[in-house]
Amino acid sequence: MPLDSRTRFEHYEVGPANFEAVSAARAVAESPGRGASPLTLCGATGVGKTHLLQAIGNAMVQRQPALRVEFLTADQFAKQLHEAVAGSDIDEFIRHWGRVEVLLMDDIQLLAGHRETQLELLRQIEVMQSMQRPVVLASDRPPSEIAGLEPALGERLAAGKIALIGPPEYETRVAILNARCRERGAQLAPGVVEEIARIETGNVRELQGLLYRILDFQASGDEPVRAEDVLALLDDVPEARAAAGDQAPAPATATLDFQSFLTDIASAVTAHVEGWKSRVAEAAAGWQSAGYRTQALERLLDEPAPPPNYEALLRGFGATVRKLKELESEAVEADPSLSGHDVFRDPERMREAEALVQRARAAAVDLPGPSVEFSRAGFEVGKSNQLAVRAVDAVASEPGKRYNPLIIIGPPGTGKTHLLNALGHELINASGGAAVVAFVTGQQFADEFIAALRDGTVTQWRRRYRRVDALLMDDLQQVAGKERTQDEVFELFRDLLGAGKQLAITAAQSPQDMTGLDDRLRARFEGGLVVELAAPDVSMREQLYRRFLDGVPGAQLEPLARYLASRPADGVPDIIATIHRLSATADRMGVALSVEVARREFEEPEPAPARAPTPVGAAPAVRAASDVFFLDDEKIVWELRDVASRVIEELG
Amino acid sequence: MSLVNYATREITCKIVYYGPGRSGKTTNLHHIYGQVPEDRKGKMVSLATQTDRTLFFDFLPLDLGTISGFTTKFQLYTVPGQVYYQSTRKLVLQGADGVVFVADSQRRQLDENIESFQDLHANLADQGVDARAVPLVIQYNKQDLPRDLIMSTEELRDAINFRGVPDFSADALHGPGVFETLRGISELVLKRLSSPSRAAR
Repeated sequence: MPLDSRTRFEHYEVGPANFEAVSAARAVAESPGRGASPLTLCGATGVGKTHLLQAIGNAMVQRQPALRVEFLTADQFAKQLHEAVAGSDIDEFIRHWGRVEVLLMDDIQLLAGHRETQLELLRQIEVMQSMQRPVVLASDRPPSEIAGLEPALGERLAAGKIALIGPPEYETRVAILNARCRERGAQLAPGVVEEIARIETGNVRELQGLLYRILDFQASGDEPVRAEDVLALLDDVPEARAAAGDQAPAPATATLDFQSFLTDIASAVTAHVEGWKSRVAEAAAGWQSAGYRTQALERLLDEPAPPPNYEALLRGFGATVRKLKELESEAVEADPSLSGHDVFRDPERMREAEALVQRARAAAVDLPGPSVEFSRAGFEVGKSNQLAVRAVDAVASEPGKRYNPLIIIGPPGTGKTHLLNALGHELINASGGAAVVAFVTGQQFADEFIAALRDGTVTQWRRRYRRVDALLMDDLQQVAGKERTQDEVFELFRDLLGAGKQLAITAAQSPQDMTGLDDRLRARFEGGLVVELAAPDVSMREQLYRRFLDGVPGAQLEPLARYLASRPADGVPDIIATIHRLSATADRMGVALSVEVARREFEEPEPAPARAPTPVGAAPAVRAASDVFFLDDEKIVWELRDVASRVIEELG
Repeated sequence: MSLVNYATREITCKIVYYGPGRSGKTTNLHHIYGQVPEDRKGKMVSLATQTDRTLFFDFLPLDLGTISGFTTKFQLYTVPGQVYYQSTRKLVLQGADGVVFVADSQRRQLDENIESFQDLHANLADQGVDARAVPLVIQYNKQDLPRDLIMSTEELRDAINFRGVPDFSADALHGPGVFETLRGISELVLKRLSSPSRAAR
């Protein structure tokens, strides 16, 4: 489409509504390759977008007559592309467009929904940008409002400059009308132009049409049209009727000098501001307003010359920010309180952000639960532990309602950890798998707390434990002497008990006798039930030996179990160690494991070379309750000072 | 003073109107002040003696709005022309991005013009500034006076503008030439935006 050589910047009236667009257009025309690219001029019909496109082309051709300027509408571009595809002339199409040095495309909103044409335009823009050739587009609406615009094309346009052109205001309308009068050599009575300009039409072509009607009236009559007749003559125009009801605005001659000065300055600024720094600063400002830290981009601005890879750096920064957004969503999913955390706003803290997400996810997902190794069915019940087992079963059937907290004490090897884990499984099973049951050792709890302190995630860590339905803490004695951890345990127990959640703990000794335990925490256990797992008695030992010997090939089960049960043992580990020792002896002798092997091992005068006698544990200080007690289903309130008086059963 | 701050997207130009006493520097600013819409001008600060000659300096801040995404502000200063305000002139000249030398076109003021022009160069040199590197335009003011009282722009150009900088004839009292001069110096100053050494963050 040929350029209209009469359409020039000099004929374009500049006002506040369009001066930024005019400045940007002039910058493109005067400094090709340095002005914004692509430049997209947006404005309603009739505000002068096409005029500016042609003015750019004319200004450039005036300086370089051989310049290949392509001025066309978007639908013409689409038509060319379709014809090329249909006629298998796509190579010629590409060759033609490869030669274009300036692209001026009008009405790009017409490409809405034409995906292939849009992608071809995008490709053309990218080719021209790579050669620093100017691209100026015009649209009747901002790209973001064009339905069906390909995101990639939209992003490309947004990365350039989008200059809005508003409807001309009164002063500009006066200037436009005066200019048209001059062009036509028409003379109008004083005030007529100003009166026409009072009609608030946003469309310059309509405004000119009104002028031409007045000129026609004047030409067809004997008298010049008077100012007071104008609105009556144009009474069929709704805007004219609206203006007839208004007061005429004061002429604004006082700002004309300043206005043209401003336009010239705008052109100078646009021409001389360094494009690459503007892009970097614009990107930085954009990210800053979105709340991101932009030191990396600000350091770029210190560079005296454009770094060769600054475009890549900008893209990289954008990619990093996108990654941070993804990390933030992941983190928030795990822990809503991490929304807006500082690390997700600073691309230079990516590693910290990743670590925080990992911790948040670990904290959210990996709440330690009971070990699958220890089941209730696998726990041997005998006289020495039946009280504790009954208490555990009672708790499992009514969590939070009966013995809460439940405190299981006993020397090592008596099955405290097994029973606590078994309780965890029972609680989970009873709830149909819905219950959140945490199983944590005192040491693990202390370690986690220290890590949370170090990472500044104590709040999240605390919240993590407060969402459990039951908390099982093994080896409470491991928090002894750790004051801050005990504070945390105290607060946690208080919150969970207050919420009716079940607590169960194990300890090597009664909390009352434990040294290094805070009194406040000690008092927290006084409303619960203490049960003891004692070292296994004869019948329990026999059960246990029978069970573990069952797995030894050729072992003489019954008499050997009875024989071994008559000997003292502290607990399951001791029993297993004895079986291993005897198995090794039997192997050396080349015989099956039997009572004879055991007698030889234990009763020969020659002492066993490697093993010291198994120490017999101190007599349990606490015997918490009796069968009768449980059968009566009485709620036990443990008063530590009276515990000794509760010893009802002596173990053999 | 940074001319362009890419980080805050601000452009700030300090332009100093320099020249002999009563040459019309303050009149230039008054005209500009009168033309600028209310929302774009700050308060003009002008300290004057009872005889209306500038005692200290005038200061007119102009907000040109957002241009190409940059908040653009001009600060226009005048210096006292009288020779005995040397220290004030030096102070005001500090950090100037551009200088408008306002010459009095009256024939009898020629010596004062030349003396003030030399004074400008001396003061710039005192501040370690290469006068040739500072954007400068010359305005031949009072060209509206009777022909027999004034020198023509050609005569003045020969007498003062030995550097061949852009020059403008003006009638600051009534306005002609005032914005042309301001536009001239502004364009020279803004050209320096392209110079990396002048561009700050």
